[in-house]
Amino acid sequence: MVDAVRCEKLVKIYDTGGQKVVALNGIDLTIKLGELMMLVGPSGCGKTTLISVIAGILDQDSGICELFGENVNAMRSKDKLQFRAKNIGFVFQAFNLLPSLNAAENVSIPLIINGVKRAEAERKAIKVLEQVGLGDRWKSFPSQLSGGQQQRVAIARALIHSPRLIVCDEPTSALDHVSGHNVMNLLKEVALHEDRALVIVTHDARIFEFADRIAQMDDGHVVKVTP
Amino acid sequence: MNHIALKMLMGDTGKYLGIVMGLTFASLIMTQQPAIFMGILARTYSFISDTGLPDIWVMDEKVQFVDDIKPLQDTELYRVRGISGVAWAMPMYKGLLKARLADGAFQTCNVIGLDDTTLIGGPPIMLQGNISDLRRSDGVIIDIDGLNEKLSKLDADGKKIPLKIGDSLELNDHRAIIVGIAKVTRTFQSQPVIYTTYSRAKSYAPKERKLLSFVLVKAIKGQDLDELTRRIREKTGLAAYTQQEFMDITYNYFIKNTGIPINFGISVLLGFIVGAAIAGQTFYSFTLENIRQFGVLKAMGTSNWTLLRMILLQAVLVGSIGYGMGVGLTALFGYAMRHTILAFKFPWQLLVFSGAGVSIICMLAAFISILKVMRLEPAIVFKS
Ligand SMILES: Nc1ncnc2c1ncn2[C@@H]1O[C@H](COP(=O)(O)OP(=O)(O)OP(=O)(O)O)[C@@H](O)[C@H]1O
Ligand SMILES: [Mg+2]
Repeated sequence: MVDAVRCEKLVKIYDTGGQKVVALNGIDLTIKLGELMMLVGPSGCGKTTLISVIAGILDQDSGICELFGENVNAMRSKDKLQFRAKNIGFVFQAFNLLPSLNAAENVSIPLIINGVKRAEAERKAIKVLEQVGLGDRWKSFPSQLSGGQQQRVAIARALIHSPRLIVCDEPTSALDHVSGHNVMNLLKEVALHEDRALVIVTHDARIFEFADRIAQMDDGHVVKVTP
Repeated sequence: MNHIALKMLMGDTGKYLGIVMGLTFASLIMTQQPAIFMGILARTYSFISDTGLPDIWVMDEKVQFVDDIKPLQDTELYRVRGISGVAWAMPMYKGLLKARLADGAFQTCNVIGLDDTTLIGGPPIMLQGNISDLRRSDGVIIDIDGLNEKLSKLDADGKKIPLKIGDSLELNDHRAIIVGIAKVTRTFQSQPVIYTTYSRAKSYAPKERKLLSFVLVKAIKGQDLDELTRRIREKTGLAAYTQQEFMDITYNYFIKNTGIPINFGISVLLGFIVGAAIAGQTFYSFTLENIRQFGVLKAMGTSNWTLLRMILLQAVLVGSIGYGMGVGLTALFGYAMRHTILAFKFPWQLLVFSGAGVSIICMLAAFISILKVMRLEPAIVFKS
């Protein structure tokens, strides 16, 4: 079976006005379908950079990153966009919901980007909100929801178009312990299944227990993968 | 994605109102100022257009516009009458004279003297009395706005009491009795207009050798007007213009020789610049504030082309609302001012003009926002 993600000798160098920062210094990493992979490591070691490259929103300087056996970086930019719209779900530390849209409208965005009609997309959005336990709050705006609830809306948004890969950057670090646990439960129980992989960047040792595997990073390298 | 664009825009009420108000302001200035400008310019020739009957106006060669009177000798009238193709030719006196009111105050008035027998060249609309009442001794007809404003008396409470039929005033020590009230289109100088007969006007005017201002000519039926004006010019050495030509000459004189166009041009330009600055700046800062939202959409696979359309839609929406409000306010303004001295003219071309102005502002505003969003790296979404 094809791997969800296969990175080989990935290098990313940021060039900020003459000063070069090597953020990824030859990353080798494989993520299998059906697994929840956590990326951990000290601040500045390149975790966010790595999932940005994996999600296709940042181009590497060298090396290969294949998603489901396809070299996304080599695609034409239009195909790349379409690939991303279809296959990737995002969950952010800061939720990144659109404040002027209600929960259902926020959740429906990935479907709309994929060309689904608005009414149908919003109907589906309410169903997915039910799955994350917010079926009765679909009309609420982000400002009317708690942090944990907002992150659940964001998870619904990451799920609605049935992507094969979900990337999460620090999904629990803006939440208290209980909400963080709820969010992880949701990701593990609802979001994860055999045709899908999850990559979660985190500092939060309290949630390590949810991982199938943990990749330890330092200074642009993956230093250890457990188990 | 259109509904998302609109909700994004209207979700930020403060910014949204700021942009719309900037555009409303620009649209208002760019419509209202030219409307006043055109109103004023139309007034420059309103005396000519009010005098509908004659085909051709004959005057001294050096006359540059309708209020630039260079008197002729009375004998010119007979020379014009002798030219073939002329059905009739009538004298007209036009001059500024001081009227002395009952309370002793003086007011400069535009006195028009009409041919004693035919009374050709009279006011376009009579409100009270009849133009033939001018045949009564010392009779004059005065325009209603003059009566209500500059010629009115103040009563004890300071309220204006307009002059009415039967009241008298003095023109150069000669008595004049109001026998009629007319409605005329306001002129550039906005002086009260007093109609009387040619011979009476001559008696009011200071004694001079020449007092004939214009000869008004009607061509015989089927006569080519251009040819007739040429013939009059050749035979008399005077200037002869068709009504339209004389209006154009007057209009062009004001365009070329007064600061009016420049002043209004500057107003319009300032309105454009200030409106563009406010609207463009607020629109851009709106985009910047929402840059993260655009980044999220981009990360999730929205194309630059779709984002461009979203921003254009936002610009078109605020542009249309601002334009509509500006034009609406201008129309309201014109309506509110319709009975006042203020000049105002609102032809459809003006809608096109200010519409184009607002569109340019919106396109500029959208353009810088679009550039910003196009260049946006979607990877910013992971930055906290
Ligand atoms: N846009 C950028 N321009 C320049 N340098 C950058 C940029 N983004 C990240 N870096 C640098 O690259 C390195 C890796 O950054 P990255 O954000 O991937 O780290 P991280 O592991 O996610 O850190 P944290 O745990 O603090 O979020 C850091 O040294 C950072 O300063
Ligand atoms: Mg990070």
